[in-house]
Amino acid sequence: MEGLFFNVNNGFLEGIVRGYKSGTLTQSHYASLTQCETLEDFKTQLSATDYGNFLANEPSPLSTATIADKATQTLVDQFNFLRSNSVEPLSKFLDYITYGYMIDNVVLLITGTLHERDTHELLERCHPLGIFDTMPALCVATNVEELYQSVLVETPLAPYFRDCLSAADLDDMNIEIIRNTVYKAYLEDFYNYVSTIGSTTAEVMHSILAFEADRRTMNITINSFDTELTKEQRAKLFPAIGRLFPAGNNALAKADDIDQVRQVCENVGEYRSFFDNSGSAQANGDLGDFGVAAQLEDRFFRMEVHLNKLAFLQQFQYGVFYSYVKLKEQEIRNITWIAECIAQDARDRIHDFIPIF
Amino acid sequence: MVYKTYASFGLSTFLVVIVALYLLFTDSGEAFDVGRFLEETSPFVWGSLGIGLCIGLSVLGAGWGIFLTGASILGGGVRTPRISTKNLISIIFCEVVAIYGVIMGIVYSSKLQTVPEAQLYTRDNYFTGYALFFGGLTVGFCNLLCGLCVGVAGSTAALADAADPTLFVKVLVVEVFGSVLGLFGLIRVLTRIACSVRHTYMIEGLSCVQSVRSMSSMMIRQDMADQCIVTEDLCPCT
Repeated sequence: MEGLFFNVNNGFLEGIVRGYKSGTLTQSHYASLTQCETLEDFKTQLSATDYGNFLANEPSPLSTATIADKATQTLVDQFNFLRSNSVEPLSKFLDYITYGYMIDNVVLLITGTLHERDTHELLERCHPLGIFDTMPALCVATNVEELYQSVLVETPLAPYFRDCLSAADLDDMNIEIIRNTVYKAYLEDFYNYVSTIGSTTAEVMHSILAFEADRRTMNITINSFDTELTKEQRAKLFPAIGRLFPAGNNALAKADDIDQVRQVCENVGEYRSFFDNSGSAQANGDLGDFGVAAQLEDRFFRMEVHLNKLAFLQQFQYGVFYSYVKLKEQEIRNITWIAECIAQDARDRIHDFIPIF
Repeated sequence: MVYKTYASFGLSTFLVVIVALYLLFTDSGEAFDVGRFLEETSPFVWGSLGIGLCIGLSVLGAGWGIFLTGASILGGGVRTPRISTKNLISIIFCEVVAIYGVIMGIVYSSKLQTVPEAQLYTRDNYFTGYALFFGGLTVGFCNLLCGLCVGVAGSTAALADAADPTLFVKVLVVEVFGSVLGLFGLIRVLTRIACSVRHTYMIEGLSCVQSVRSMSSMMIRQDMADQCIVTEDLCPCT
């Protein structure tokens, strides 16, 4: 039944976003990009794709940071076009997508201020999708209470900060705890909002958000081994959604090493292959902890790309907008990686990106 | 939001119950008389309603289908302009549904003739009124659902064509099957009308087979059962 009324307000934008999606780089594009010798070749190859002449006005020795910034700017322009042409409830859905970036920006500004960095430099490093008006005022951060009362209470992030107002002072550990608590509240809120939109959007977004929650749970667990984070504190950071909730979350809260994490994840069919390093370990020798973590991160990204591609198989739902933003981000990470490998002449690892289509 | 459903259902049920109890307790329970309602409403009401619903619902279906497809063609055509010409076929399929409704409306309206009040409430006229009403309703709903079906399929066809040109013809086959639904309604009702021309029940002034007409003027006051038996061999569609 969603097909009968969806096109009234959102049909045009769905057509636009599917047009954007058909312009994402394919295997053949990546093949020609990996064969470039210099960054100038790289720029020429990209100008034949949907990116067009996005690097046209850049001065001659290109840097990979510029390429990444300009590519992100194309994504931001596309997103702003969609956002300005949308009406409720799509506009609220698109706003929810930006909240994740806003949280990252807020944490970046607080951390930077604590380490006495320059305000302008910090503001330039913020993600453009997560900019809100009162951001510069965050640079006068001393404690969370004051931050909340003066700045955050007017932003859409206000309800997410309520749970962490009790954090005493801001140091590096507490800031990470704040970031994860706020992100947990955001994910749960997004999940509930999507459930109110109903039918197909809820179906598609539930599977994507559930995986996101599980991924954060696993990352928090693995990163908190051998740190001062207590198990109770750790358990409070796990989002209350996803396949690992509630039994898996409880088990992970008590885990002490990576084997226990693997055991918990074996219970969920889709995550069983994440920890399966028997084949590659024999090939490369003992990977060590760092290797396992990197491999896990790679597998998480692959799973995320897979779930986001599935969203395009359904018509008349909002999940295509979320998935497009995530897939475009992955593509920008890919081209940044390839550009870095070309610039540093590390051609043996140039194929270590995750192709999308 | 759930409260809105509770309120609407609750209020309407409440009103119906109040009216029913009022009639019951003021000893006018017999004012609620379906048979009298059917006998006293003019056949013109039923006939006109049928014609109105026929055209109205058909056009609603066609319009709905056109906006469903059109929005997707516009969106997909921004990046892939080549789809805009080919996908007008989907819009034409929806449009055809409205044309079916108009044709039936015209055919039906030729069945309505002015009849003086005294001769209005006859068995033939009742039949014609009901036949027009239900025929119009049939065509209207068939075309409404056909328009919706073609609209959704057309929207998918436009987006699939924008992604991969070889998919267009394949999704078009689905649309063709969908548009046949409207045709079913049209054919069924047209054969019904052709049948009723040769049937004994007819309104004054319709052209007819002479022999049947003479027989019908004799049978007009007889039992329905008798007429059915007599006219069975004349009408192939009873």
